[in-house]
Amino acid sequence: MADASVGSTSVASRTAPPASEPAGRGAGQKLRTRLVEVAFIVPAVVYLVLFFGYPVVKNVLMGFQEYTTKTFYTGEAPWVGLSNYSAVVGNAIFDRTLWNTVLFTAGSIVGQFALGLAIALFFHKRFALSGVLRSLILLPWLIPMIAGTAVWRWILDTDNGALNRILSAIPGLDLNPNWLTSPQLALVAVIGVNIWLGIPFNMTILYGGLQEIPEELYEAGALDGATGWRAFRHITWPMLRPVVTVVLVLGVVYTLKVLDVILGLTNGGPANSTQTISTFSYDMSFRQFDFGQGAALGNILILISLVFAVVYLRINRKAVDE
Amino acid sequence: MARQTARSSARRTSKRAGLAALLVLPLALGACGGGGGSASSGSSDTLRVLDYYNSDPNKTLWNDAIEACGKTVGMKISRESVPGESLIQKVLQQSSSKTLPDVLMLDNPDVQQIAASGALAPLDDLGIDSSGVADGVLKASTYEGKLYGLQPVTNTIALFYNKKVLEAAGVTPPTTWDELKTASAKLTQGEQYGFAMSNVNTYEGTWQFLPFMWSNGGDEKDIDTPQTAAALQLVKDLMDSKSLSQSSVNWTQADVADQFTAGKAAMMINGPWNFGTLDKVSGLEYGIVPIPVPQAGGKTVSPFGGEAWTVPQTGDEDKQKKAAELVQCLNSDDNEVKISLGTGTVPTKPALADQVTSQNPNLKAFADQVPDLRARTGELGAEWPKAATKIYTAVQNALVGGMTPEDALKQAQNG
Repeated sequence: MADASVGSTSVASRTAPPASEPAGRGAGQKLRTRLVEVAFIVPAVVYLVLFFGYPVVKNVLMGFQEYTTKTFYTGEAPWVGLSNYSAVVGNAIFDRTLWNTVLFTAGSIVGQFALGLAIALFFHKRFALSGVLRSLILLPWLIPMIAGTAVWRWILDTDNGALNRILSAIPGLDLNPNWLTSPQLALVAVIGVNIWLGIPFNMTILYGGLQEIPEELYEAGALDGATGWRAFRHITWPMLRPVVTVVLVLGVVYTLKVLDVILGLTNGGPANSTQTISTFSYDMSFRQFDFGQGAALGNILILISLVFAVVYLRINRKAVDE
Repeated sequence: MARQTARSSARRTSKRAGLAALLVLPLALGACGGGGGSASSGSSDTLRVLDYYNSDPNKTLWNDAIEACGKTVGMKISRESVPGESLIQKVLQQSSSKTLPDVLMLDNPDVQQIAASGALAPLDDLGIDSSGVADGVLKASTYEGKLYGLQPVTNTIALFYNKKVLEAAGVTPPTTWDELKTASAKLTQGEQYGFAMSNVNTYEGTWQFLPFMWSNGGDEKDIDTPQTAAALQLVKDLMDSKSLSQSSVNWTQADVADQFTAGKAAMMINGPWNFGTLDKVSGLEYGIVPIPVPQAGGKTVSPFGGEAWTVPQTGDEDKQKKAAELVQCLNSDDNEVKISLGTGTVPTKPALADQVTSQNPNLKAFADQVPDLRARTGELGAEWPKAATKIYTAVQNALVGGMTPEDALKQAQNG
């Protein structure tokens, strides 16, 4: 938003006619400028309406329709008011999926952020091979999700998994946790894998934020005795705050809708212990072919995301105003 | 930044033009593709066939059969094979754009749902002869009294056992539930579990549980019954006594086969589609028996798998007739035998069983079950997915969710 307005004013000021020129020619040029502006905006608007507006509107409408396999052939989708919503909210596992969504999102964000920040701070001090190591940390981002979850399934396997093999090799420890097959642990394991996936994003953005903090501040602080923890508390953290809010809010919006990690690891199980609103919605639409109820769940998720999107926009505007 | 912008703006313009060209490219390609596609489907002497047999041996065998049948009925064939999981998606998409193929293969539990949408033509009206096919199989393809699909071959699940391991332990393959429990306990040693099956939270888990449920008189219309609870108790007992790994709640049937071939399970519930994988493992000798029944002398009732061939409503009556002829040809006795032997399945016509089992004895345990096979959609039709979801949910709740089988089934049944 802010960028666009800056761009257009600069274009306008550059093409503003000098006072000595005839008025007619100036008006023609003005019109041309406007046309050029419109020509640049139209593709973006068309794209947004086609690929963002239409699906969202369609999804909202589907939430109020009885939309099944039949609809695809006959084109008939009777309006059913709020019955899809009452059906999904009344579903025995809805409360559980909502709570799981909250736990999954909160757990993932806290873990990703804490570890991402720790690693960013670690790499802020340059040392031999730091560049190579830093790029290696991006690996989880590069691995196809489905391959990543397949490997994690193998690592977390109860009987033959690498993790339990390592645990059993530790003397004095008699542990064999059912990482993915016990309802108490499965959500923890899934959150753990999602944290692993989210670290690169958090680290990269936070590292960028750290680079922006002027070195002089630390030098000045050091003269006043602010080193180590106190330097972090009074220099790094306040300077990093705008970046932190962006990372956290974007993280929440991304994490709320995570689907593939859970599908790949546990498919929402065992006994629905890792079922979130997004996996529940997927299940309704693409396994039980009840697209209406699936859309209703999707809309509930959109509403929750929207709250955080608004928070993000408000924070962003405040930052620009400042 | 600002200084740089001015300098690079000229360069950027040409870049933009390049980008624009790139964006337009897929559109142009798409248009070409669409044009080509509709041209081939428009010709009156070509039948469009859609299936998911996209890997060998199915791919080649079916291709030969379809091409040969095409010659028989005097039509050219334009065949498309999509990955299994995207078939329904494709069918729904084609339904809404009215571009359904002339001949469509569907997994048998999906036939009634697609028939209910109105997209399929009743085969009786097209003069299809379904005599000789097992009743259970026909039931899966029948919706509101009309037959919508014809299924040439089928498969089901049975108990696979590792011959060497059972011999070494002095265990004979179990035939009853009690025998299954004692045999599994005896075969569980070190890193080897006695028994393996899939209890995953998808339809695959439901499919594996059905033989226990049905053989004990359980029914999908109401799963809150003592019969179904007893079946679920059996699986729970096997897991609680550590004869069955808790990981089975996360295992697909392919994972179960991996456990078996790796020597981590002495017995498993699985199907004949694993023959290829099992035969590749050197030194592995396996036998196959029907899934154990509650009491001696009882009968195993298993669900059946496999795909049916259907004729979608395309609006072109002449072509639909030709398509029906093609479906009839694919279901000829010769084709059933040939494809059964080639793909490790059994013919849906019980009369043909001997021709197949005499050449591949491994198929006997499966062929014997054909007359008693039960369709998953036989009772509930298009409502089956809801019941299947209830069943696997109850199984998971009882096995690892800390509920008793009775409570788990009651909760699932009442939604």
